[in-house]
Formats: sequence, structure tokens, C-alpha cells
Amino acid sequence: MAERSFAKEVRDLELGAGEEFRGEGILAITKALLQSGVGYVGGYQGAPISHLMDVLNDAQDTLDKLGVQFSNSASEAAAAASLAASVMYPIRGAVTFKAPVGVNVASDALANLTSGGVTGGALIIIGEDYGEGSSIMQERSHSFAMKSQMWLLDPRPNLESIVRAVEEGFELSEVSNTPVMLEVRIRACHVHGSFIAKDNKPPPFTLRQALESPKRDTGRIVLPPASYLHEKEKIEQRWPAAVNFIKTRKLNEFFDGDLTDVGIVTQGGMYNGVIRALERLGLADVWGQSRVPIYVMNVTYPVIDDEVAEFCASKKAVLIVEEGQPEHIEQAIATILRRRDINTKIYGKGALPMAGEYTADVMLKGVRSFLASAAPDALTDQVRAPNAPNINDDSRVQALASAVPPRPPGFCTGCPERPIFAAMKLVEKETGSHHVASDIGCHLFSCLPPFNLGATTMGYGLGPASAAAFNVKTDKKSISMIGDGGFWHNGLTSSVGNAVYNKHDGVIIVIDNFYSSATGGQDILSSRADTESRSTQHPIKKAVEGVGATWVRQIDNTYNVGKMRDTLKEALANNEPGPKVIVASSECMLNKQRRVKPLFNKAVKDGERKVRERFGVDEDVCTGDHACIRLSGCPSLSVKHSADPLKDDPVAAIDNSCVGCGNCGEVSEAAVLCPSFYRADIIYNPTGFDRFMARMRGAVIGFLQRRRARRRVAFA
Amino acid sequence: MTAAPSTQSRLDTTRPLAIAVMAMGGQGGGVLVDWIVALCESQGWSAQSTSVPGVAQRTGATVYFIEAMPIPQDAPRGLKPVLSLMVVPGEVDIVIGAELMEAGRAIQRGFVTPDRTTLIASAHRHYAVAEKQVPGDGIGSSEAVYAAASVAAKRFIAFDMAVLAEQAGSAVSAVLFGAVAAANVLPFARTAFEETVRASGVGVAGSLRAFALGYERTQSNATSDAPPLVPAANAKTYPALTPVGHAGYDALVARALKAFPPETYDMVGAGLQRTVDFQDVAYGGEYLDLLRGLLALDQETNGAARGFALTRTAAKYLAVAMAYDDVYRVADLKTRGTRFERVRNEVAAAPDQLVYMTEYMHPRMDEVCGSLPRWLGRFIENRPGLFKALDKIVNKGRRVQTGTIRWFLVLYMLGGMRRFRRGTLRHFNEVQHRDAWLDRVRAAAPKDYGLAVELLATRRLVKGYSDTHARGQSKFDKVMAGAAKLEGRPDAADWVRRLREAALKDEDGIALSGALKTVDSFV
Repeated sequence: MAERSFAKEVRDLELGAGEEFRGEGILAITKALLQSGVGYVGGYQGAPISHLMDVLNDAQDTLDKLGVQFSNSASEAAAAASLAASVMYPIRGAVTFKAPVGVNVASDALANLTSGGVTGGALIIIGEDYGEGSSIMQERSHSFAMKSQMWLLDPRPNLESIVRAVEEGFELSEVSNTPVMLEVRIRACHVHGSFIAKDNKPPPFTLRQALESPKRDTGRIVLPPASYLHEKEKIEQRWPAAVNFIKTRKLNEFFDGDLTDVGIVTQGGMYNGVIRALERLGLADVWGQSRVPIYVMNVTYPVIDDEVAEFCASKKAVLIVEEGQPEHIEQAIATILRRRDINTKIYGKGALPMAGEYTADVMLKGVRSFLASAAPDALTDQVRAPNAPNINDDSRVQALASAVPPRPPGFCTGCPERPIFAAMKLVEKETGSHHVASDIGCHLFSCLPPFNLGATTMGYGLGPASAAAFNVKTDKKSISMIGDGGFWHNGLTSSVGNAVYNKHDGVIIVIDNFYSSATGGQDILSSRADTESRSTQHPIKKAVEGVGATWVRQIDNTYNVGKMRDTLKEALANNEPGPKVIVASSECMLNKQRRVKPLFNKAVKDGERKVRERFGVDEDVCTGDHACIRLSGCPSLSVKHSADPLKDDPVAAIDNSCVGCGNCGEVSEAAVLCPSFYRADIIYNPTGFDRFMARMRGAVIGFLQRRRARRRVAFA
Repeated sequence: MTAAPSTQSRLDTTRPLAIAVMAMGGQGGGVLVDWIVALCESQGWSAQSTSVPGVAQRTGATVYFIEAMPIPQDAPRGLKPVLSLMVVPGEVDIVIGAELMEAGRAIQRGFVTPDRTTLIASAHRHYAVAEKQVPGDGIGSSEAVYAAASVAAKRFIAFDMAVLAEQAGSAVSAVLFGAVAAANVLPFARTAFEETVRASGVGVAGSLRAFALGYERTQSNATSDAPPLVPAANAKTYPALTPVGHAGYDALVARALKAFPPETYDMVGAGLQRTVDFQDVAYGGEYLDLLRGLLALDQETNGAARGFALTRTAAKYLAVAMAYDDVYRVADLKTRGTRFERVRNEVAAAPDQLVYMTEYMHPRMDEVCGSLPRWLGRFIENRPGLFKALDKIVNKGRRVQTGTIRWFLVLYMLGGMRRFRRGTLRHFNEVQHRDAWLDRVRAAAPKDYGLAVELLATRRLVKGYSDTHARGQSKFDKVMAGAAKLEGRPDAADWVRRLREAALKDEDGIALSGALKTVDSFV
């Protein structure tokens, strides 16, 4: 079960010819796949392409009707490998994942796939996670396309262009027998727009047909001597076929302008940014009309030599807008021009920065500096040297630097991972700090305040593997983390199996929260959900024991901080050879609340007796030291200014968003913090017996309270 | 070559209307953006929105961006504007801050400019971890955001929308949508906004209530020219130093009114109430006696010219020191009828619902010894074997269900035992600590008034329970030791204040150690 339901989006997938689709870029891609007669889709979830997976998951009926097979791949490598179905059979297949991390994982399969080539169109949709909002290292997927010679599409970031890229991408793949990568950046994945839909097409050749009359050809298998021939085939046949298709079908676009001495060559994805920069310089308008000619590379690999030469030949200078580094396109264009002895001056990196996102202001500065040098007359004085005072220079605006706090992402309210790290902090207080190897997933937030735990992160499912070198005798074992998502992605072998085989004397904590949570709460092998289309409920503990781990502890309630702490201490003190594995399981609270809250509300509405728990802080008992917050960081546990004139510092306070997970109480108990926390059990629809007991208790307690209050000086 | 589609051959100077939404993950920023886009589209506009949620959905700061514009009547079919996917600093018409500091962040990032931007912000605060985790007061200054907004924004609309949302049983996003409607930057009728909410189909009634509250509040604010007022953040409520109808207490009040200068009444009142509430009227008398002594010192050292800062500071911290947090105090506070009522309010329980509290207590032998008569506590403390054995029995977490008669009686009796407090080991220790502290103050005052005041204020460091208390105590000791080295220097008071501020910066006292090293380098 994913974080949200996609019922509306599923309906959008069924729109017919002529109807208008309105929605997110990534959903437009999903619809485009069905319009293209795709036969199978696979992928691994991750921002910004999770929604593609989630929607297809909810669209089983639509897919069944069309005869489209959809699988949640175990990893990007598994997804890429599934494209093997298009090697021998004329079936269109698509896979999707987050990039470049997903491409890293998938590269083995992609390289093999590309070497042998494909018969049916193979499309790899990559959500390029670069720039603001990105959660990964800043690299380009472009290099992968180049090294394996897969074609790379980078369409203009509007729904029509993106949908066209999907449709033409399949064709390009088929005419050139080459897999095609479709790159969509974060914002383009989430851009809201519209396009006119076509009817969905059932795949003309089905997987069943393929299985019933299987085909093979040793010439397509990556084995010598075929593998040597593959390389030649790529250069001699597939490349020219691709170039020819791209040219004749006009996949790249030329936009005229009257300033013919200069031009801009841009990646399709950067087009809107270029237009806006020109607009701000008075050289373009909001309808895309530009005075500077623009060559839009909707295909960024291969670079089409003739088109580049044609565009540049008549110009004194061109600006190449290519985000990220290395500047592959700029290097290619420089080579093309040099080889043909075209002496157009190239502006690229230099005018624009080598590293970092091309934000609106970066783009403006780049385009302005290009034109100021290459076509100074095109700019008005006002534009060339804007002399407007900048409000950011005002001292009152600058004073914000000390007032506005950073707000990185963190654990949600009631997150079951929080108590695990609270327990680790408590152990740290007793034993000193340990080397903590982190992994990818929500649990990586432990690296940030207030926990400040975690030294490295080396890739998904590789937390314990990244501690492998620390296999030496010591009193201070390494602790490594891995989530259930990473565990099933590859961690069972690369991390746990690796540690077992090498008799690694370290502690491994597997954080099992029943979902692949960081990517949107998708189900995985160990999910507790009962789903019809997938096989779940395979315990991590069994898997770990299955690969030979002997010291394994299962904790079924991570909120029991004391037990968590003691188990961790026990693991650290154990000197048996081999990894000490703790499987810490509690359900992701975000997903649990989504599941449980509607049921609770309905039960209450139906008059059923229900108890809701939440925590609170007694303001007069709290002394405002915030030790509890340093072991929590929960969004619902905050501070507030106290009206008490004798208190200088803000006191702790819990708001009504508290879900009563129990962490606050457990932590204050385990860490011996302070008695100011209380848990309130709120009984909805109390029974007659509840009310009777409450009356009895109220009578006794009330009597005693009034008695003492009378003896006390009563202040107003 | 293809030419770009256009409505005319010359460049069109029409610009889209741009809206940036600054929110935290989980605040409903996405819902608000969807509403604005749907609204624009329903009015024949073309609208584009983008976001970079990524992991920011997990409570981090995030930005949504919308550009929208009307499509000309005579436009060719399918004509669409080329809109930006990123916020264009300097070209934003509306910036929405779903929380005050997020509005501040928008200003910092240059999204808010005086020629163009209407800044709409909810004035409520949702504190970041960086603000909450500080042992002292790490809360960012709301005033700074208001000051910056006053120069950066063309128009600044701010009020606490979280309160209105709660009142309406809805979310901040709906109140914000109402404020956007009333701000009149998007040229659509109120009914069109409301129709959009209705069409979205989820939580419609609550959203419309919240929308109306946001709309009306924005309109009523607009009729006055005054800029929005910063909500008072750290207002203190001082009890009046007046009789309450209790003979003993009223006598103390009369004494205080006569003995102390009016400048100190507020703090003396607060301190007197706290000490009486902590123990009894006699204890309040002790408080006044001690304070009276310090006032005499204040008067001798020309305190009147300084607004009796010494007495005022002493009134505060002496009360804090005398009303220390012991087992009896906690038990007393936890069992009061007023507390039962407060909890019901805090958890927003409906009248027909029952509420039971569970307290998380973890007494150790230290606390038990402190609560025993002095001789007995000492006896046990001096025998580590015995102490350890007893600690094994005592030292564990106990979940106390205060709403049940059995547990209530335990706490109630403990609370009642405060009458024996004066004989306990803890009290003896507290008095000794207090006296030593006041002696230092008394010794310093004649030579350096400012230093004496700072020494008093250093008591702020002692707070918390168990380990936290011990840590606070040790920081207090370190600052007092540092102060001893500084005595006689003209900047001694400043330095002691700096040391105290450093001590409140982090848990482990890293900043304090640094500051002490600096002190060592020049004394």
C-alpha cells in the first residue's frame, strides 16, 4: 500500500483520444506508455518517479484489460534486466527509476542489454534527481548513456513534449535496436500541465505469444565473438540509424530569431529556463518567441553533427546551456566544429557555472554575460548593467541569517525509528561513541541533529557492507544500519551475507518498518500487508538466519527504548564471531496513521468505545532543559515560551498532532530524564462501567483534592 | 525551421503571475497549490505548478511554484505559454509562507521584493530542531521576520492562521487560500475560490470555514494601514502583590509592600507566591527575610539608581532556588485538581470523554535519600554497598496512573509529606548551596554591583532532574569558579554573562569550556 491512493490518477490513465489530460509530468509519462502499446513495465520506486509505480500498482484492472504486465522490481538492476524481454521479441518495455543512483545500480544489466541490442522498443525512464530538493550525490546520468551508447532524450519540460518523447523514444529504440533513456528532472516530473490524450493501445505482440514460441540468437548474447561484433554494430549500424531517425523525424527543434549572429544550444529540459532568461533581458516573450535563435536538443545523446554544424555555421557565437558536469555536449560540439573547421565561438561553461543547478538567476547571469560579449547591441544599457538596489542588501533582511533556522527533513511524528536512535544515544552515553555506518532511507536522518549519529553512507543496502573493513578485534565494535528497503534491494547478500561469510565482528541493525518508506510507502517482501498481486510477509529474521547469521535478535516494538538499549548493549558485548544482527520492527507511523485513523474515526462515529493515547508535558514540572528533545526531535514535541516570570527558558510542549507512540515516556524513563511527561488516555464513547468507575474515582480523588486545596493559600 | 507560436509578430510583454508557496512537509502545501492551479484553470487561465518534494515531505522546508496567466481570446487553439519551473527572484507576485520562518526564508532567498510581492504568512511558529534542542532559549526572532518583511514586501499580511485553522477544524492551507482570495492579487471573485474548494471534494465544510476566517481576517486587517503586529512571544504573567483573603499570606504581602521598592513588586509577588505554594506561609516569610537582607545591600550600593536590579534578580532566582524540584513537589503538582482540569484542556477532551493520565517516573536512590530525614539519608549515602542494594530495588521506571485511586493515594501522600521537607537531606543540601551562592553575591556587591547581579542570574543554569540536574549544577559551579577568577576586572559582569550564555548553548558544555579557556588566557 503506497502512501496515498491514486484512484483519480488511475481514471486519468483511461482517457481516450481527444480528451484533455491534466496532471503531473510523471503521470503523463505513465499515460504515454499505455498509448504507445507498451507490453510490460517495471521499476524501482524513488523520488521523483515513485508516482509512476504507485499509479500502475493501483491500476491493475486497466493493465489487465490492456494486457500490460507490471512488476515492482527488487532493484534497478532487476528492472533493467527485465528489459531482456525486448531483446528477441517485438515487445515494447519500459522501466523507471531514480537517477543517477538507479542507473548506477542498473548499469550492469543496461550495458549487457545495450551490447546485444533490442528488437522491441526499450525505454528507461529516469528521474534525474539533481539540484534543489535532491537527496543524492550530484552527478549526471549522461555519462552512462555515452559509455554504453544508449540514446538519451531530454525533452522540453512540458507535458506534450514529454509525451511525444515517450512515443518517439520507442520508435527510435526500435529503428536503431538500442535502448533509449528518457531523462526527466525533478521539477518536470512534478510539473502540472496538460496534453491531449490518445487511446490506449494493447501491445500488438504479447508476452504470452513470446513464451509460446520462444526465440534465441547467439549473436545477441554477450559472449565472444558476438560481443566484439556488438561494438562494431553500435558504431556502424545502430548509430547511423538513430541519427537518421532523429533528423528525419525532427526530434530536435530549431527556433528562429532575428539576431542571426548568435544562437543558443540547449538541452530540452533547460528550454523554459532559457526562454525566461531571454524574456528578462527583453529578447523573448512568454509564448516562446525569441529574438535569439535556439537549437533545442530533445535528444542530448547522440549529438547530431549535421544539425549542430548547420545551426552554428552562420553564427559568430553560440551559448551551450548544459546543466551539470562534465560538459559532455559542449565537448562534443567543440569537436564537431573543429573537425569541420567552423570557427563559431563557443560559450558554455564559463559563462555558466560548471557545477550546480541552473536556477533562474544563474541562467539570467549566464545568458546576459554571453550576449554582453557576443552581441552587446542586443542588450539595452539597463539590462547590461542593472543598477537596481537589491533588497537583500538591506540590514533588516540580512539580520534574518541569525533568526531563520535551517529546516532539513527529519523523522515524522511518532516514527518508529526515532526510539532506535534514542537508544543508541543512551548507549553512547555509557560506552562512548561508536563508528556508525549509515544506509539510505529515512533512517539516514539520524545523521542530523538531534541524534548526530552516522559517519558514512555508501549506497542503498550497503550500510553494513560499508563497515566491512572494520573487522578487527576491539572493544568498540562498529554499528551499521540498514533499512528493510535496502535489505531486500541487495543488502541481504552485499551486507548481511558478506558479514556472515567474513565473520564480521560488528553489530547490524536492520530497521524494519513494514514498507519502503522513504520512497512513498511501497510494499516489499517483508511487508505485513496482505496483497493479492504480490507475495509479502516474509520475515527478515528468517532471511538473515537463512544466510547463516547465528546471533539474531528480533525486537517487535522499537518504542521499548529500554529493551532496544539493552539489546544493543548485549550485541556490543558479545564476542562470538560473525555479525550481531538486531531486527528492529515497528510499522512506519505515517502509513500506520493513514491505515488506522479512518478506522478509528469510523468506530468512534459508530459509537464504539475507543481509547486514543497522546502525550503531554506538565509545564510547571518542566524546567526547560530540553534534554528530552535532544533524544527525540519529534515534530509534535516542541517548546513554548512560559508565562511564568520565574522561568527564563521555553518549556517543552506537545501538540495535538501527537499520535501517542510512547517514545517520550520511554525515553524519559530510560534516560531518567524528568517526571514532566504524562500519557493521556482519552476514552471515546465510554461504557456505562467506564462512567461508573470514573464517578467513583472522581468522588474519592475530588474529595482529597478539595481537602488539600482548602488548606493551601489559594491564589487567584 | 519552425517558428515559435505567437499571438503577434512583435514580442509580447505580458508576464505571468507568479506564486511561491513556502511550506514544511506535511503542511498541506500541495493541496493549496492544487487549489490555486484548479482555480486559475477554471477561470480560463493557463497554469503550471512545480515542486521539489523529495525527502522534504518528511517535515523539511520545501518550495512550490506556480505561474499562471490568461490565454488571450483570439489565441490559436492549443497555444500555451512557456512558464518557469523555478522561482524567479524579483518576479514573484505572491509569496505564501505557511509558517513564519518559512516566510523569512522566502525573503532571504530574494523571492520577496518591494515593487511586486504580496507576502502572506501564517504568524504561527513551528520550531525547528535547531531551535528546540538548545538547553537555553534557542528560538529564532519573529521580530526579525516582521522587520525584514516590512522592507522587502510590497504588502505584508500576517496573522496566526494555525489558530484559525484549528477553530475551523481544518488546515492552515485553507486559511491561506482565504487570505490569497482577500489579498486581491489573483483577479477572481471569492465565489470562484470557494467553488474550487467545493470541487476538490475533500473536507469541504471545514475548508470553507477556514477559508472564510482567512478571508475575513485579511480584509479586516486591510482596512487599517498599520503593519501587522508581531505576536508577543515571551510575555510573562506576574501575579499581583495583593492580599488574597488568607490572613498569613496577606500579612506577608503587607510586609513586602512596605519593605520593597515598587520597581520590584512584580518579581517579589511572583517569588512570594512560588515559595508559599511550594511549602507554606512561614517559608514565604523566610524568603522575604533573605530578600530583605539583599535589598539592604542593594540600597547601600546605590541600587536605586539601577532600578534595584540586584533585588529584582534576587527575587527571581532566590525563589527558584528555594522552590527546588523534589519528589514531594512533583507529587504535589501532579495530584492537584487544577492540573487534572488543565490536562483535559490540553488534550482537547470533549465533555463526554474520560481522560486518564499515566506519569513516567524514574526515581533513583539519590532522590529517595534526599527525601529522607537528613540523618537517615546521610547514613545510607555513607554506605555505598547499602546504597547500591537499595538502588537496585528503587531505580526503575514506574508508570503511575494518577487517575486511579490506588496510585493517586500514593502520590497524594507523598505530596502531603512536604510538611517534613525542612528536615530532609535534600533541603539541607539546597540550603547550603543557596547560602554559599548568596555569600558570593554579598561579597561581590559592594565592589562590583553588576557582577553581583550576574552571579545571581547564574542560578538559571541549575535546572532539570537527575543527570540533567547534575550537569546543570556542574555548569553552575564552573561559571562561579570562572567568576572568581574575573573578580576585580571592570568587565567581570560582562564575562560572567557571556559564560552563562555559553553554558546554555549546548548540552555537553563545549561552548562553556571554550569560553572558560578564553577567560584563562587573559586572567
